[in-house]
Amino acid sequence: MSWEVVIGLEIHAQLATQSKIFSGASTAYGAAPNSQACAVDLGLPGVLPVLNKSVVEMAVKFGLAIDAEIGQRSVFARKNYFYPDLPKGYQISQYELPIVGQGYLDIELEDGETKRIGVTRAHLEEDAGKSVHEGFGSMTGIDLNRAGTPLLEIVSEPDMRSAKEAVAYMKKMHALVQYLGICDGNMQEGSFRCDANVSVRPVGQAEFGTRAELKNLNSFRFIERAINYEVERQIDVIEGGGEVVQETRLYDADKDETRSMRGKEDANDYRYFPDPDLLPVAVTDEDIETIRSTLPELPDAKRQRYVSELGLPEYDAGVLTASKAVADYYEAALAAGADAKLAANWINGELAAALNKNELNIDESPVTPVALSGLLSRIADDTISGKIAKQVFEALWNGEGSADDIIEAKGLKQITDTSAIEGIIDEVMANNGEQVDNYRAAPEDKRGKMIGYFVGQVMKATQGKANPGQVNQLLKQKLDG
Amino acid sequence: MHQYSIAEMSQGLERGDFTSVELTQHFLDRIDEHNAEINAFVTVTAELALEQARNADAVRAAGQAGPLTGVPFAHKDIFCTDGVRTSCASKMLDPFVAPYDAAVVERMREAGMVMLGKLNMDEFAMGSSNETSYYGPVKNPWDTERVPGGSSGGSAAAVAARLVPAATGTDTGGSIRQPAAFCNLTGLKPTYGRVSRYGMIAFASSLDQAGPFGRSAEDCAYLLSAMAGHDERDSTCANEPVPDYIGALDQPLKGIKVGLPKEFFGEEMPASIRESVDAAIEVYRAQGAEIVEVSLPNAHLSVPVYYVVAPAECSSNLSRMDGVRFGHRCEDPKDLQDLYTRSRAEGFGDEVKRRIMVGAYALSAGYYDAYYLKAQQLRQLISDDFKKAFEQVDFLLSPTAPETAFKFGEKGDDPVSMYLSDIYTIAVNLAGVPALSMPGQTVDGLPVGIQLIGNYFDEARLLAAAHQFQLATDYHKASPEAFA
Repeated sequence: MSWEVVIGLEIHAQLATQSKIFSGASTAYGAAPNSQACAVDLGLPGVLPVLNKSVVEMAVKFGLAIDAEIGQRSVFARKNYFYPDLPKGYQISQYELPIVGQGYLDIELEDGETKRIGVTRAHLEEDAGKSVHEGFGSMTGIDLNRAGTPLLEIVSEPDMRSAKEAVAYMKKMHALVQYLGICDGNMQEGSFRCDANVSVRPVGQAEFGTRAELKNLNSFRFIERAINYEVERQIDVIEGGGEVVQETRLYDADKDETRSMRGKEDANDYRYFPDPDLLPVAVTDEDIETIRSTLPELPDAKRQRYVSELGLPEYDAGVLTASKAVADYYEAALAAGADAKLAANWINGELAAALNKNELNIDESPVTPVALSGLLSRIADDTISGKIAKQVFEALWNGEGSADDIIEAKGLKQITDTSAIEGIIDEVMANNGEQVDNYRAAPEDKRGKMIGYFVGQVMKATQGKANPGQVNQLLKQKLDG
Repeated sequence: MHQYSIAEMSQGLERGDFTSVELTQHFLDRIDEHNAEINAFVTVTAELALEQARNADAVRAAGQAGPLTGVPFAHKDIFCTDGVRTSCASKMLDPFVAPYDAAVVERMREAGMVMLGKLNMDEFAMGSSNETSYYGPVKNPWDTERVPGGSSGGSAAAVAARLVPAATGTDTGGSIRQPAAFCNLTGLKPTYGRVSRYGMIAFASSLDQAGPFGRSAEDCAYLLSAMAGHDERDSTCANEPVPDYIGALDQPLKGIKVGLPKEFFGEEMPASIRESVDAAIEVYRAQGAEIVEVSLPNAHLSVPVYYVVAPAECSSNLSRMDGVRFGHRCEDPKDLQDLYTRSRAEGFGDEVKRRIMVGAYALSAGYYDAYYLKAQQLRQLISDDFKKAFEQVDFLLSPTAPETAFKFGEKGDDPVSMYLSDIYTIAVNLAGVPALSMPGQTVDGLPVGIQLIGNYFDEARLLAAAHQFQLATDYHKASPEAFA
C-alpha cells in the first residue's frame, strides 16, 4: 500500500521584546538562573499581570504579513496545569479568541511549484521556566528566567505532505518573523521552535490517520529527521497490524528516534477560562492601518522585485531573499555601488561557500558588504579578472585591507595594454614553435581547443593578470596569421 | 481616646492634644489587653507601628501632615506587607513573609497611617463566619459566643472592640458588609476597579474588592480617600478620578430616590430584620427621600451564579500554592506528585478544598458550557438588572444579611445554609457596583446591618447618604459594653 503523510506544525516564536509579556523583567538570554524573574514571574501571592503592549503590535504585524484576519477583540485565557516550572499553576495564553485568525503562507517546492499552507491561527502566550535536572542530586532545579517570555504560537493547518514541505514552511516562517523584526530567530537559544503533528493515511483516504505530536524540534535538520523517523514508525506499526495511538512523542537527536512521552489518557484537562486579571485586547481598524504602514518589504515581494527590477534569475532571487540577513547584506552591497547581478553571483557563490566552510552567519562575515562591493567594482571596470578576484577575496577575508589595497600591494592589476600582451604572446610563440606548427596544421574545428594551451602559457607568464578576453583575441589573430 | 472617630483623632493630633505615638501605644495596650478574648489580630507589629507613629509625629512637626497622618489602623491579613507575615489565615501561607507591599498597603503608608498589625479572617477569604481560619475563629465583641461574620471577621471584631480605629477588608460576596452588619460597623465595598487589587491575595479575581471598615460613613470616607485610585499594576483598576469623599458627605437627602428591590423583600426576610429595615426606610422618608419599589428580576440567581464563578476563579488562583516556591511544603516528599498532593492536602482547610474542587469541576471539559459559561451569561443579566434599576433610583436599600450574628457551629455542617448568609450581598459583587452596610436598629441586643447599594463609581453619594442617615440616628454610636 502507498501512504500519504499529513503534517501540521505549531511554531513557537519568541517575540523580540525587551521585557516580558506580563512583567517588567528582562528577556535577555543567558543570565544567571532566576536573576531575571520578578515577583510577577515567580507567581507570588497577590501579583497581577500587566500586558506588554508591544507584543500586540508584533502579533498584528505577523497577522498582516500572512494576510490573516486580526482579532479586534482577543482574550487571554488561563491554561491550568501543575508543573514546577509553571509558577502560577496556569499559563496565560489565548484560547477561544486569538489575536490572529486564519491566514496562509506560500512555500516553494523543490520542483519550483508554489504551495499554499494554511495558518489556522496565531496567539500570544507566556513561556514557562526551565527545569534543570543536572547538578542537584536527586532534586530538580528551577530557573524562572524564561517564565513570562512572550511567545507567538503559530498553528498551521495539516496541509504539509512531506518532511521537506514541513521544513520549507518552517524556513519560510523563520525568515518571515525575522523580516518583520518580531523574533530574532535564534534556534539554538530556543527563540524559534516547533511541535509537529504527524499522521499517515492510505493514499486516497479522505479522513486523517491518528496523529502523534512530536515535541520541541529546534533545528531544521531535526524536524526533517524526526518527521521521517515518525512516518516510518507509523507505517511499520500499521503494516504490522497495529494501530497508531494518539500521543506526545519526544525526538531524541542523539539516537535519531522518537519515543513516547505521554499518551492521550495522561493528557491534562487544561480547564481554560478567560483570565479575570486581564482585560480583552482591543485592536481598532485604525491601529491595524497604522501597523500596516510600518510593515517592511516582505520576502515574496522582495524576490519578485529582484527579478523584475534587478533582472536576477528566479533562483538567485529566491536564495538572496530566503533570509533577511542575506537580503540585507545584498542590499548593503548594492547601496555601496555593486552591480546587481555580479553581487548576486558573488554572495550566493564565493561568499556563501566561505561562510559555510567557516560555519559563520552572513552577519558575522569578515568581508563587509562595502568591502565586497569594492572588489566587485574592480571586476566591473576590468582592473582585475574574475579569477584574480578570487585571490583578492581571500585576502579580503583574511583582513589584508580593501580590494584596492590588496590589488596594489600584490600587483594584481590586470594587463590590458595590447602591445604588452602582444609582446608576451610573441615570446610564448617563439618558445613553442612545435605547438605553433601543430596548431597551424590542424583543421579549423580542432583549433579552438588547441588555443587553450597558448592561453595558459600567456597567463602563466603574466601570473594570471592578462585580460583573458584580450589574450584570446590577440592569440587567435597571431596564430591564424 | 479609643472612642474617637477618625476625624476626632485627626483633629486631636493636629491640635497637639496627643501624639501619634501616644495614640498608637494606647491601641497597642488595648490589643494586649483584649485580643485574646476575640482573636482578631493574627500578627501585631508593635515595633513597626511605633516607628511609623514616630515618623508621623515628625512629619506633623514639619507641617507636612495630611488628615490621616498618625492615625492607627490595621490590615486584613490578605494584603501583602513587606517583611511581615501575610498568611490569609491559612496553614498554607503561615510561613509566608511577603517581599513586597500591596498597593493598598503602600497607599495607607503614604497617607501616613500607622499599621498596628494583621487581622484574622476566614481562610483565603472563604467563609461567612470566620470559623475557617487556621488561627482559630474570631469572636464577636457583642457576644463572644457568636461569630463576627466573614470573611473579614477580624477586621470587624477589632474595630467593634475598639482595638483599632479602622481597618481594611476585602469583599468578594459580602465579606466586608456582612461582618460590618454583625458587629455594628459601617463597611464599604467600593465599585470593582475603584481600589487596586495589586498585592491583595486573590480569591475570585473578578469579584474581589478592597474596602474600609469604620464606625461611621465618615470614617469610611477618610479611609477610602487613601485607598482609592488608579494603579497601573492592576489592569482591572479603573482610571477614574477620585472625588472628595469627605467634602461630599454633607449632600442632603431631599429629592433622592431610594429603591427597594422587591425580590429582597419576600417571605424569606425574617420579621425582626424587616422591622429594622422599615425603621431605616422611615428615616430616609423623613429626610425627604422618595421611596419606590424596584425589581432585580434575576437577583435570585445570584447565589448559584456566585458559587460557580467564585470557586472557578479560586481553583485557578490558588494553584500557585503548590509547595514549590513559598508557603507550606510537606515533609520528605517522595516525588513531585507527592509534593503537590500532600503540601496542598495539609496546607488547605476543608472549605478551601471544597471550593477548589467545585471550581475545578465547573471548568472541566464537558462541564464548562453548562456551568461556567452559563454562570457568566446570568451574571450579565444580573448586572443589567442593576443598570436598569439605577435608571430609576439613586440607591437601593435592603438588609445586609438575613439574620443577626449566629452562634459558633450553628451552620457547621451545612455549607449551603452558610452560603445563604450572603443572599443580599452577592449580587452586588456580580454586578460590580458599590455598596455599604451601616448599623440599623438592633434585634435582641444584636446589631443589624442596613445595606445601601449605589451606581458604578458613585461612592461619594453613597457615603453621603449613609452619613446623612447617621446624622439622624444613633445606631452606629453603640459599642459593646465589655470593651468600652
